Amino acid sequence: MKRNMIFTLLAFLCFLLQSTLLKKISFGGITPNLMVILISSVGFMKGRKAGLTIGFFCGILQDIFFGDVIGFYSLLYLYIGFGNGIFRKYFYPEDIRMPIALIAISDFTYSLLCYILQFLLNAKFNFGFYLKDIILPQMVYTIIVTIAVYPLILMLHKKLETQEKRSEKKFV
Amino acid sequence: MSPIIKRKGEKFTIPSKYLLLILTILCCILMVITFTTNLFRGPLNALAGYIVVPFQEGITNVAGWMGDRTDELEQLREVLKINQELQDKVDALTIENTKLQQEKYELNYLRELFELYDNYEQYEKTGARVIARESGNWYHSFTINKGYDDGLRLDNNVLAGGGLVGRITNIGPNWATVTSIIDDDANVSGMILATSDNLIVSGDLQLMSTGNIRFQQLVDSSNKVVAGDKVVTSMISDKYLPGILIGYISSIEKDSNNLTKSGYLTPLVDFEHVEEVLVILENKEIGGE
Repeated sequence: MKRNMIFTLLAFLCFLLQSTLLKKISFGGITPNLMVILISSVGFMKGRKAGLTIGFFCGILQDIFFGDVIGFYSLLYLYIGFGNGIFRKYFYPEDIRMPIALIAISDFTYSLLCYILQFLLNAKFNFGFYLKDIILPQMVYTIIVTIAVYPLILMLHKKLETQEKRSEKKFV
Repeated sequence: MSPIIKRKGEKFTIPSKYLLLILTILCCILMVITFTTNLFRGPLNALAGYIVVPFQEGITNVAGWMGDRTDELEQLREVLKINQELQDKVDALTIENTKLQQEKYELNYLRELFELYDNYEQYEKTGARVIARESGNWYHSFTINKGYDDGLRLDNNVLAGGGLVGRITNIGPNWATVTSIIDDDANVSGMILATSDNLIVSGDLQLMSTGNIRFQQLVDSSNKVVAGDKVVTSMISDKYLPGILIGYISSIEKDSNNLTKSGYLTPLVDFEHVEEVLVILENKEIGGE
């Protein structure tokens, strides 16, 4: 319960920061995708269900404010959260390579799907431009931000984990 | 990780596969509903407005304030130097001003002839601040801090610095989302001020960083349109009020069909740094609603 509340607040915070502060510190008009970092981390830390729930929540927020159709971004983030959840069994807190790889892949997939569903189907075939100017810069920027943000999420995760274990012991 | 295993202490759990399926179906239903009706926009927008907008406003204010302070320190030295130069310029400009005053009378007369007399200065407008921008990198829209409680409506035209920014595409009680004309989805019907030839201005993500917008389908049979001509919103646009300045033509070339022309125009508004906007409270009246 506490975990859910904390992650809901975190998702909320990510959305706020992404639409305000991060827009001010963007490089060349490209902003990192904080929400993918959060969704993907929650996914491989807590499993499929937590991942898809937080994905859905983040997506809905983005849909309401900036989406044409409600449900589009929710669907994308939903599957990103679920997909990352599959990798929970390979997750070790000490290892930072796998999280970064997963977040990078998630961000790339997200952008690619955005391109295919919103631009390619709109007869914009210049994939090279979109890859070079939007998808890759966004991925690189997201990875850089991940290196700064990921330890914080991990710390929070560990803290919650120990607390939950303690309360579980009480029940037994 | 079999979904059947339940942890102790949890009373009821849905396996993640089913939850995924349920939410997927829910999303699809939501998409279909928003495509066909307007059912969700009202209540969802209202709810989001009360929860999210105050925070966005706060963060933008703080970030803006801090940015301003750092800028001020940086600029102070520069400003002192520039001040000196400007002083000299003032003298030169005073002379020029007298000259221009005379030309203004001529302009007023020409304007009357041109029937552009009632341009957009007469519309009722309200100011608003930009509090958030589109969170991804694909589109160019932003949120402003006024909504239908302040008298704004869907499709209200939005200006900044005298030029067209876009129109309201989504609205809540205390916020509204403005889709700008450089957005990849946006198409504006415009016309050349000098010749009244119509054209279509379409936003393009590929051109966003260059600061230009593409225009096309300009029928200019008399070959009068040249780079530098003013482009305003046309009379036949169904969302935009006529006569709002969009920008200036920067390059123009003939299409391969030899009938129409296309090219690029430089918008009047600096879309990267839009912070305050003016919203025109009137919508264009079109028959046959």
